[in-house]
Order: sequence, then structure tokens, then C-alpha cells
Amino acid sequence: MSIQKRKRYASIDKKECVACGSCIKICPLAAITVPKGIHAEVNRNQCIGCGKCLKSCPASVIEIVDEVMHKEDISYEKQTKKVV
Amino acid sequence: MKSKQKKWYDYLWIMSLLYLLLGFFNILFAWLGLICFVVPLLISIWKGNKGYCNHYCGRGQLFALLGNKLKLSRQRNIPAFLRSNWFRYGFLTFFLIMFGNMLFSTYLVFSELRSLNEVVTLMWTIKLPWNWAYQGTRVIPGVAQFAFGFYSLMLTSTLLGMVTMVLFRPRSWCVYCPMGTMTQAVCKIKHKN
Ligand code: SF4
Ligand code: SF4
Ligand code: SF4
Repeated sequence: MSIQKRKRYASIDKKECVACGSCIKICPLAAITVPKGIHAEVNRNQCIGCGKCLKSCPASVIEIVDEVMHKEDISYEKQTKKVV
Repeated sequence: MKSKQKKWYDYLWIMSLLYLLLGFFNILFAWLGLICFVVPLLISIWKGNKGYCNHYCGRGQLFALLGNKLKLSRQRNIPAFLRSNWFRYGFLTFFLIMFGNMLFSTYLVFSELRSLNEVVTLMWTIKLPWNWAYQGTRVIPGVAQFAFGFYSLMLTSTLLGMVTMVLFRPRSWCVYCPMGTMTQAVCKIKHKN
């Protein structure tokens, strides 16, 4: 039996992020922070993958990924796919 | 869903706009711009974060407003080289050298080796007469010279920010803003271990 779990969330290229915080201001769920002033971080439990942050990021370093988890017997297989 | 309430600091863009206007009428207001230099640095040094960029910076808000609300931005991706380290740190270095140059001119006027030059210099080259914004003898000439120099920097960076706001995303200036680069560098050093 295969149980599927899907999760869509924002993913940040931390190396290229300029830590400006445009994404913080736009996120309707307060799912992004820039805790140490170096790069942004997404709280995946809060993020719904709406993509608003992606559109506001001046450095274009955010992408939305779709994570699909298949449960085959006892092991999870995780597939991530860039959707935007 | 947690709805976002506007905070007092979400209106600081008014201050940024007011700053540019005030400098048009009286150049001495340009000194207030030092706040935008000192506060971000102090926050990054003391708190180890970019709280200024992330919450308080009126300039970032102003660009966001013009680009999003007034739809002045084309909303395109910024070219990769503009966000590369060599460009960001290169621009920061250039900016600091020009800042030093401006301080040196101020020093010359302070020590009466040069007379006051009542111009605002755009893009470090184009000299605009600005003599209506300074009515003479209320302060010593060096104080006024610094104001002219500082206002030139602020106006130039606003202009650059406007161009990249239109061409790319509203807050594209934040990608290569010297204050943004500098505060991020301070945070990187602070959190190294
Ligand atoms: S908007 Fe983009 S560059 Fe700015 S902090 Fe967020 S992810 Fe980083
Ligand atoms: S995708 Fe939407 S919910 Fe997730 S961090 Fe970005 S703005 Fe917030
Ligand atoms: S990067 Fe510069 S303009 Fe952007 S928020 Fe920070 S200080 Fe303001």
C-alpha cells in the first residue's frame, strides 16, 4: 500500500540571499525570518508554498518546491521538484 | 491564517521621501541622513542581525511601494552579476572611497583651504547648482559642505535604486546597497563561530 504525502514550500538559495527581508514583509503566514542577518530561512511547517515571497525577492533566489513522499512498505521516498 | 498588521515602522518610507524633499529646500537637513548610516551598523554590530533592512529601512519600503503599488517596476529577474559578491563588494568599496573623498572635500573647506561649493553632484560627475538650499552664514562652511556632499550621495543612490526598481524588481537596490552589503558582512563576521 502506498500513502502519499505532498508538501509545497519555498526554498531559498542561502548562498545567494542578500538578507534584505523583502520576503519577510510579504509572507502572509510569517513563515520567513532572517535570524542572523546572513540569509533568510523558511519555516516549512508554516509555509504553504503560495509563492508571494518568490515574486518579491529582488535577488531571485527563492523557488517553490513540491515534495512528494511515497510510503513503500516501511521506507519513505522523498522526491522534490521545482515547480516555479 | 495570521493576518499581517501594519506596524509603526511600516510607514518609515514617509521619512525617506521627506528627507529628499527637505534637502531640496534646506541642504542642512542632509545631515539627518547619517541616521541611515549609523543605525543599521549599530544594529548589526550589537544585535548581529539585519533588523534595519528587514524592518525599518524607509528606502526599501519606498521602492517596494513605487514598484508594487504604483506598478512602476517591470518585475524581472535581476542579472546574476549584480548579485555576485564581486559586484556587491566592489560597489561597496567604490562607495566607501567616494565617501572618503567627500569627507576630504569637507576637511578642505573646514580648514579654509577651499571655499564652499554649493552644488549637488549626481552620479559622482554631474554637478547641479543647488544654491537656493543654503542661505549663507548660519553655520560654518565645512558643515554645509558635508551636507552638500552627503545629499549628493543620497540622491545618487536613490536615482540608481529607481532605475533598477523600474528595470528589475522593486527592491533591486537592496541587492547591491552598500549599507545592506556592509551589515550582512558584519553579521557574517559576528556569527563566524
Ligand atoms: S527577499 Fe530574497 S534576498 Fe531578500 S532575504 Fe528574502 S530570500 Fe533573501
Ligand atoms: S511561499 Fe508563501 S507562505 Fe511560504 S514563505 Fe513564501 S510567502 Fe510565505
Ligand atoms: S539593503 Fe539598503 S535600501 Fe535595502 S533595506 Fe537594507 S539599507 Fe535599506
